[in-house]
Amino acid sequence: MIEYQNVTKYYKSNVGLEDVNVKINKGEFVFLVGPSGAGKSTFIKLLLKELEADSGTIRFGDWDVGSLSNREVPQLRRGIGIVFQDFRLLPKKTVYENVAFAMEIVHCTRRTIRRQVPQVLSLVGIEEKADKYPDELSAGEQQRVAIARAIVNNPVVLIADEPTGNLDPETAWGIMRLLEHINNRGTMVVMVTHAKDIVDRMNKRVIAIENGRIIRDNIGSYGYNNDLGKMDGEGALGKYED
Amino acid sequence: MSLASVFSITAMLLILGVFFAFIVNINVAMEAAKQDYDTVQIYLLDETELSASSEMLEILNAMPEVLEAKYIPKEEALNSWKAQWGDSGYLLESLADNPLPNAIEIDVRNLEGADIVVAQARTFAGVEDILYYKETVEKLIVITSSVQIATLIMMLFLVMVSIVVVSNTIKLTVQARGREIEIMKYVGATNWFIRGPFLLEGMFIGLISSGLACGIVALLYHKVVELIGAELLVIIGIPMVPVQFLSLNLAVIFVALGVSIGASGSIISMRRYLDT
Repeated sequence: MIEYQNVTKYYKSNVGLEDVNVKINKGEFVFLVGPSGAGKSTFIKLLLKELEADSGTIRFGDWDVGSLSNREVPQLRRGIGIVFQDFRLLPKKTVYENVAFAMEIVHCTRRTIRRQVPQVLSLVGIEEKADKYPDELSAGEQQRVAIARAIVNNPVVLIADEPTGNLDPETAWGIMRLLEHINNRGTMVVMVTHAKDIVDRMNKRVIAIENGRIIRDNIGSYGYNNDLGKMDGEGALGKYED
Repeated sequence: MSLASVFSITAMLLILGVFFAFIVNINVAMEAAKQDYDTVQIYLLDETELSASSEMLEILNAMPEVLEAKYIPKEEALNSWKAQWGDSGYLLESLADNPLPNAIEIDVRNLEGADIVVAQARTFAGVEDILYYKETVEKLIVITSSVQIATLIMMLFLVMVSIVVVSNTIKLTVQARGREIEIMKYVGATNWFIRGPFLLEGMFIGLISSGLACGIVALLYHKVVELIGAELLVIIGIPMVPVQFLSLNLAVIFVALGVSIGASGSIISMRRYLDT
């Protein structure tokens, strides 16, 4: 369960979030929409404790995110899986190693890794590509690897930041079906997106943020005109700079 | 990248090693000098009777300030002088007479006591001259400690410089692996887990550099001892510190210093990455 209570975050010259109240329950599938700079990225960074809120409380399960010490932040993040628009796979590791890497970091035993990685790869549908390197895969396949890495440690919530932004519509739908499947297995999914057609067709809960405020929170449609929503093609957490 | 770090730490340790060799030798020389000058020498007139000098010895040896007073006949003094000059001792053969006086050499318990001993010696008859080096020794002590402090400051400065250099070079490695670090953070790796490999790398760089530097300094020092050690012994009468002793100490100091410079350099270079 994720709960924001009166959360406010200002930057030096502009608003990040202003008095945000929202509650997302265990197992929900939620779209986070809004124009660039609306506060979607702030919303996620606060949950990850990459940023500190100026006021208000953020709860994630039993954690009070704001009061966590730096030492506890890794524990918090182990409950959160993240997928980015640009995949962020390690180019010198194979598909298998990219996923195993996430398990090594949380000190899983080798036996657990050997058992779990193939299971997750088969869940996302790329078990036969385990020995390939990321640049040998299509964009859609790379995103599946990234999703496998994000869910291999069984997070409570999967955050997908524009996961379909770099994909053609058909591949994007494949990814959406995968996310829905993961959601059906009990993982909460929060997806940041500008893809109006996807949001409209999925018919899930949509939280729209603008100027740091939640302006709409309902089941169903994207709610923006397409041109407003498509102001950029970047994920909320930005593009990775090499 | 790491090669640059190895070179810069090695260079820094080399300079440090030269200072170290210098300071160790100065210290040894000073200690030797202090011992040499911790004595009061009474030069006796040639006509002074042996019985008179025995009386003096008795009085002196009874004083609490005196460790030991002994009579040194002029022949013995010349012989020990020859021995000290070693191979060049033949130069003294050409002397027609022994120009040295008979003497009483007094080891004093401490420098402060020397004044009292000298006052006593002034009362004796048949004394040509009294030599003692309290002021010289005091000056030596002041000079030694200022040289030591100056060297220490320079060493500290060098250490700081090399920490900065190492942290900058490791920063490049860290940046090159920024993607990996970022993913590790998002997946929930602890800071120490992320830091570990870089810390090891830094310590390894330090270890290699200290080995290199120690070898070079030992080699250089060996050459220096070979070249001027013997001459120095004749000129100031004090042997240089042996290579084995110096390099063993140097190895311990260099490894400790190199490894901690490497480690702190890598920790500093990662600080920014591990803030959030």
